[in-house]
Amino acid sequence: MDTFIAQCLSGLATGGIYASLALALVMIHQATRLVNFAQGELAMFSTYIAWSLIQAGLPYWAAFFATLAVSFAAGIVIERVVLRPVQGASPLAMVVVFIGLLVILNSVAGWIYSYTVRPFPSPFPSEPLLGQHYISSHDLGAIGVTLAMLLAIYAFFRFTPLGLAMRAAAQNPESARLAGIRVGWMRALGWGLACAIGAVAGMMVAPIVFLDPNMMAGVLLYAFAAALLGGIDNPFGAVFGGFFVGVLENLLGAYVIGQELKLTVALVVIVAVLVVKPAGLFGRAMVRRV
Amino acid sequence: MAAGNLPGSALPPWKWAALAVLLALLCALPFVLSNFSVFQLTLVMAYAIVLLGLNMLTGYNGQISLGHGAFYAIGAYAAAILMDHYGVPYWMTLPVAAAVCLVAGFLFGLPALRLEGPYLALATFGLAVALPQLLKHKALEKWTGGVQGITILKPDPPFGLPINADQWLYFFALAVAIVMFALGRNLLAGRIGRAMVAIRDNPIAAEAMGIDIALYKSLTFGVSAMFTGIGGALGAIAVQFVAPDSFNVFLSIAFLVGIVVGGLSTLQGAIYGALFIQFVPNVADRISRAAPWAIYGIMVILFMYLAPGGVAGFVQRISRSWRRRT
Repeated sequence: MDTFIAQCLSGLATGGIYASLALALVMIHQATRLVNFAQGELAMFSTYIAWSLIQAGLPYWAAFFATLAVSFAAGIVIERVVLRPVQGASPLAMVVVFIGLLVILNSVAGWIYSYTVRPFPSPFPSEPLLGQHYISSHDLGAIGVTLAMLLAIYAFFRFTPLGLAMRAAAQNPESARLAGIRVGWMRALGWGLACAIGAVAGMMVAPIVFLDPNMMAGVLLYAFAAALLGGIDNPFGAVFGGFFVGVLENLLGAYVIGQELKLTVALVVIVAVLVVKPAGLFGRAMVRRV
Repeated sequence: MAAGNLPGSALPPWKWAALAVLLALLCALPFVLSNFSVFQLTLVMAYAIVLLGLNMLTGYNGQISLGHGAFYAIGAYAAAILMDHYGVPYWMTLPVAAAVCLVAGFLFGLPALRLEGPYLALATFGLAVALPQLLKHKALEKWTGGVQGITILKPDPPFGLPINADQWLYFFALAVAIVMFALGRNLLAGRIGRAMVAIRDNPIAAEAMGIDIALYKSLTFGVSAMFTGIGGALGAIAVQFVAPDSFNVFLSIAFLVGIVVGGLSTLQGAIYGALFIQFVPNVADRISRAAPWAIYGIMVILFMYLAPGGVAGFVQRISRSWRRRT
């Protein structure tokens, strides 16, 4: 029983990380209706920036927030420079551009930082908190950070005028533009926010999987599974999906199929959701006029 | 992308002559190049077959696949397992690899029917990411050799021909590539090819014309996987080695880069793309281990912006303006 609880809790912790990356995917999907294949590599690159800052002598939290700021700015620049020119192009063109971005980020990270696997510090104490032995402080901290981020995003979209403008721009670009919202900038802002959220996911996962240019491939696959399961247009769904696939992955890995087939679980979840219920559990079904 | 990219029904005589000259050149090449260059060209032919298959699916039929590395791996493993475990001669492995991949592709194409654009790309991306783990799995280790992979022997030239193994394999790959390109061309030039393009350009109109979309789409997936599997089997025989980690997601990405750079929805694009993914990394590797991929990434985005027709588009434009002048 003890190991079962421990497996569930550590599943929740990795689930929290999947949830953050899934949130980033939802963010970009909300702002642009696109599936961002480069999201994992963006998060990886942000984590390397954090690593450089920490190496340069910055305290952890200062490096953390500086990385968020840099990632936010980088997201906006990428949207303006790389994605703007192909706005509204065919799905194939978009997928190709995202894949190009993925490959560039991956190889540039390998070029600058080499492919050596490095440890990444955790901001949380190494002793388990609250006198229990089920879950490490880092896992607990990662869950807390994810939930705090979800709340912040919810509050941003629900209570701020900027959040409202972004929702409007995503839902109905033409009307939003007529109402005086700069739709292009809202898209860029969505990218910036997604990159910052992804940076958090990267910094939270790096102490567990260690830092290397290919660290995010598996995480990204699970984040896709999470986002699709929860409904790719619903932040709460994405977070639920993240926790769900995290626990599912851990329990299946511990009791049913072993550690070697974890990625296959994600693949099966993705294909199953897309085939059985493409809108996800909490998403709205897309209706299209033909 | 206009339907005008479809190959015509009959070749004019001057094109036959050009092809004959090209064939003569290709046959002379292995006698002037080093064995290693001959080996590289053999791989180019394997890749060209793969890219032709992927182009049918993604270029002509409009279904985006980021997972063709998986079908390449299935073809490669089919050939390696047959040769290593069952002592099957290398040339017999190709039809088997083709059949296995045809079925695998058709089956994966069935759920893929419900997926469009980026979502199909996502599902196939998942396939590519998950595949190395599957190949390493213990249940399959007896056949796949697990992480170690399988080493196979290079076939000797038959009939006591006075050429070495690399040269023989080159001619073998050349013959297979010619057959596959002839098949692919005829498939695309006919009724089926037009149906594929019609589905890509306007599915509703295509359906109204009486095209069974579900059948054609899953069939295209199967045929595309079949071409890719044959390429994979050829590649495995040439490299003499298969291992799970050589079939990671970047292989699938390289194939996508190949068709975009070579030229979507063109036959010759597959050849330019194969040359690109074979030789550009070799040159760029001298700068840094990461350089080939950086170049891939930049090239693929630039081609998307500036020349969506790829190299084949350039060539067509140049040859057209040249013919107008004469």
